[in-house]
Amino acid sequence: MTEYGMQTSSHDAPPNEERTALRKSPASGPAEVIQEHIVEIVSDSGEGAQRCGQSLASIAARSGHGIWTVEIIPAEIQPPHRSIAGASGNRVRMAAHKVTNVGDKADLVIAFNEQVLLSRLNANEIKPGATILIEEMWKCDKDPAVAENYEKVTAEVRSKGYKLFEIPMQTECQKYVPDPTKGKNMFVLGILCTIYSLDTALAEAQVRLTFAKKDQKIVDANLELLAAGQAWAAENLSVRYMIPAAPVVKPQIVTNGNAALALGVVASGMEVCSMYPITPATSASHYLSTIFEKVGCVVHQAEDEISAATFAIGASYAGKCAVTITSGPGLSLKQEAIGLAVMTEIPLVVIDVQRGGPSTGLPTKVEQGDMMSAMFGSHGDAPKVVMAVDSIEDCFYSVITARKIAETFNMVVVILSDAALSTAQQPFDRPEFNPDWLAPPVNQSAVPEDAHPYDWDERTGIATRFIPGQPNGMHCLTGLAHDRDSHVAYDPQINEEGLLNRSRKLAALQKTLRLAPVYGDEEGDLLLIGWGSTRGAIEEAVKIMRAKGHKVSSLHLKFIQPMAAGIDAVMKRFGKVMTIENNWNDPESDPLIDPSNRRYSHLAMLLRSRWLVDVDCWGNARGQPLKPAEIIEAAMAKLDDKKPTAGGQ
Amino acid sequence: MTASMSQCLMQMVQTDYQIADYQSDITPRWCTGCGDNAILTAMQRLCRDEQLPPEKTVCVSGIGCASRLPHYMNAYGFHGIHGRALPIAEGIKIRRPDLSVFVTTGDGDCCSIGAAHWIHAVRYNMNMTMLLHDNNVYGLTKKQASPTSPKGLKSNTTPFGATLNPLNPLSVTLGISNVSFVAQVPDWIPELLYDVLSKAYHHKGFSFIRILQRCPNFMNHHFDAAVQDPLRVRMLTHADGLRLKPELSRIYKNQETHDPLDLNRAQALAMLDEEIPVGVLYSNPHVPCYDELRKGKRPSTPQLVETVLNEEFDKVGIWPEGQQATSNGE
Ligand SMILES: Cc1ncc(C[n+]2csc(CCOP(=O)(O)OP(=O)(O)O)c2C)c(N)n1
Ligand code: SF4
Repeated sequence: MTEYGMQTSSHDAPPNEERTALRKSPASGPAEVIQEHIVEIVSDSGEGAQRCGQSLASIAARSGHGIWTVEIIPAEIQPPHRSIAGASGNRVRMAAHKVTNVGDKADLVIAFNEQVLLSRLNANEIKPGATILIEEMWKCDKDPAVAENYEKVTAEVRSKGYKLFEIPMQTECQKYVPDPTKGKNMFVLGILCTIYSLDTALAEAQVRLTFAKKDQKIVDANLELLAAGQAWAAENLSVRYMIPAAPVVKPQIVTNGNAALALGVVASGMEVCSMYPITPATSASHYLSTIFEKVGCVVHQAEDEISAATFAIGASYAGKCAVTITSGPGLSLKQEAIGLAVMTEIPLVVIDVQRGGPSTGLPTKVEQGDMMSAMFGSHGDAPKVVMAVDSIEDCFYSVITARKIAETFNMVVVILSDAALSTAQQPFDRPEFNPDWLAPPVNQSAVPEDAHPYDWDERTGIATRFIPGQPNGMHCLTGLAHDRDSHVAYDPQINEEGLLNRSRKLAALQKTLRLAPVYGDEEGDLLLIGWGSTRGAIEEAVKIMRAKGHKVSSLHLKFIQPMAAGIDAVMKRFGKVMTIENNWNDPESDPLIDPSNRRYSHLAMLLRSRWLVDVDCWGNARGQPLKPAEIIEAAMAKLDDKKPTAGGQ
Repeated sequence: MTASMSQCLMQMVQTDYQIADYQSDITPRWCTGCGDNAILTAMQRLCRDEQLPPEKTVCVSGIGCASRLPHYMNAYGFHGIHGRALPIAEGIKIRRPDLSVFVTTGDGDCCSIGAAHWIHAVRYNMNMTMLLHDNNVYGLTKKQASPTSPKGLKSNTTPFGATLNPLNPLSVTLGISNVSFVAQVPDWIPELLYDVLSKAYHHKGFSFIRILQRCPNFMNHHFDAAVQDPLRVRMLTHADGLRLKPELSRIYKNQETHDPLDLNRAQALAMLDEEIPVGVLYSNPHVPCYDELRKGKRPSTPQLVETVLNEEFDKVGIWPEGQQATSNGE
């Protein structure tokens, strides 16, 4: 990759008037070997661009490429056709190496109409000079306004130096299916397979898998479209790329973050998930619903988030730890129940797939805005564990860890994921099942005569809880202040005894945590600190900067509360420290903002208050995942002591 | 609720639970004359008569005077948060059919802040018994109007009289899909309170009992008319419902034979204006129960988890050349 991932193709842009000729000219010469490419496939929703993108990614992954995919999601379920707001599709980053984030701007876009293309151009998601392929049927549309729009956009695209190829998708597909809106996506997949020199057998296998549930006629039609796309591209397009593939040496699986969370729930031995639908968390529960009953467990769709949380608490209380899955607005509603679980010391796993906030905010878009509410959202002193997932694979293993912590410490564990990970796909080593992941059977043995329900161990704060069914264990849990017998007690000392022990558990857990290794050198000019889904982008940025000689490293935090010891020592070894977060912070350039009122990003606020270190922050809340190039720009500004620009750009 | 196998087995081992075995070491702190005392006594009698092992009995509540009940029972108890007793109880029951679950709640707890859960609990129809202690007022927070307060009630939030007509918990419950058991009983006729509770306990599904509960502290004399004039009480009797003992029959002469399967008549009875219907308004044992519908078809074992995970991994698996899927996960 060249500087900041700005990949430029050696393929020359055709002069405008020659474009048709180029299309007609058969493939010439060998494919250009590249290290990576970002491809976007966009259509109206319902035209199948997402399925096309996912299939492309799967084929690439099976070929041994590193991949990362993200969905491009329209804001509404049925947006108007041919609209900017309606762009739906997929971005696929394919590389010769492992990919850990969405990357910067797209190298190649294939659009089903000019409006959805415009949406991506307006969003500034396409690299200057990128290759753009577009359905050309609109050129001759019956509606002159449509034809005019098409001409306008395509002319502009050409004038700006993009390499434009017009493709008769409709005309070609009509040769194979009566309704091309239902088949263009596989034709396009064929085109992309040819462009990227992907293996035909793998592509065919993928189409069979994609339509596995459909009858043979449909499978055959789609195979035909795939082949047609390949053949058409072979004959008419001269763009050819080859991304070297590393052979797959270990079995892998490819999932998105939400599916990985759901698989993690199964693997953790939790038996009840209660939830209320909310984007972008719901697909985890959708997938879990298809498999959880097979293992004798249940997904309960509650009447609201409050009941989802309290139902999970009831299930946990009566046996094994349960999980509730939600997003920001749901987390807010669950807070009183979370406080109850903290106070009664009932284990509970809460998964928050964060989206843009506050309020209903940006339902489908990413933001790391819930760290503080996860930590402090319940009233009073309500210590709970907060951890953040930083890759798709981590989504799987974090749930297993969370369940274990919840049951060992009788605590609430909040897992923070986000919209960037929820639909992003990435291959990772196939997990090998380990029975230790699961919870032991529910304890139903008699409780010793002299035991109390809150026999807090003063070394750890942990008390062994009594589960209904255990003889001699009868007691009444209460959210009121209580003594070791769980009797309501308002005595000041007793209240503080409870507070102390609930707090001690966090300290005891903290003693078991190890700080993640620093990425890059252990000392230098600038340390970037991040948490959650930004890890891949931050580390990629650090890698690029280091390659250019900058003394930059990064540290990524898995546990937000409690935080592993030793962060202060790491920070001391760097000249400057800055968090990189996908959430709001006040721009220093704003005339109203000064050091006395600047609101920092969440992690920066935490680090500053705990370590009294002047930790700066950079990030934005634009609803988009942070990109390596923006991080580099911010880090360079910090190194050069320029004030970073507000919110990135 | 029906007694489970394990309960039967336990009964064979120990069949001598006494009332005292269900009394916790905390003395109830309700006001003298508070109807909650009578409800607690009826609960303890039921547990004794059914010989419920205390460790297999769970009382769940929200917040309010009524919701203190679990503290006074020697059983497992969960005194939760305001309005949320029902979902907690549902969570307990979903994987533990062996536990007998009771929910105690107040009219503010159930009909105001917890109203959504009340509706859905009726619809889920899980095996449990719910006691709505309806004193027509907020007790714990010191006399505010509740949704069931009569129009005109002077309370701390309605000093000039409550402005709205009260919500009718009976007709609301009867109107919810999947309703399977609705009864009403006053706290001041202990025999009937026990009988209705027992009917509810033996019902398969979600049993809703509205108990007219006296609150001498804030609603003194509120139910006097009915307490003093037995004719104001309409006794609903039936072979499948309440059967009045001769002593009671002599006092409560206003009787109606009511078939608990007759939903239309139940609705009409629920809406009676001047009289208070007492007994089982509706009881239908054939309504499917969510806990049974959602019961795992097979127990969750490590082997099963491993198999299912591997099937799922296969579906999205990538293999080194030469290796293949362990199973065809399509
Ligand atoms: C979220 C929340 N809001 C308000 C309260 C205060 N509160 C406690 S009990 C109660 C009302 C109790 O009335 P009711 O349910 O009728 O029970 P009673 O005390 O009459 O038995 C209220 C408003 C609370 N504990 N929690
Ligand atoms: S205030 Fe009313 S409901 Fe509460 S304990 Fe006293 S009498 Fe009972």
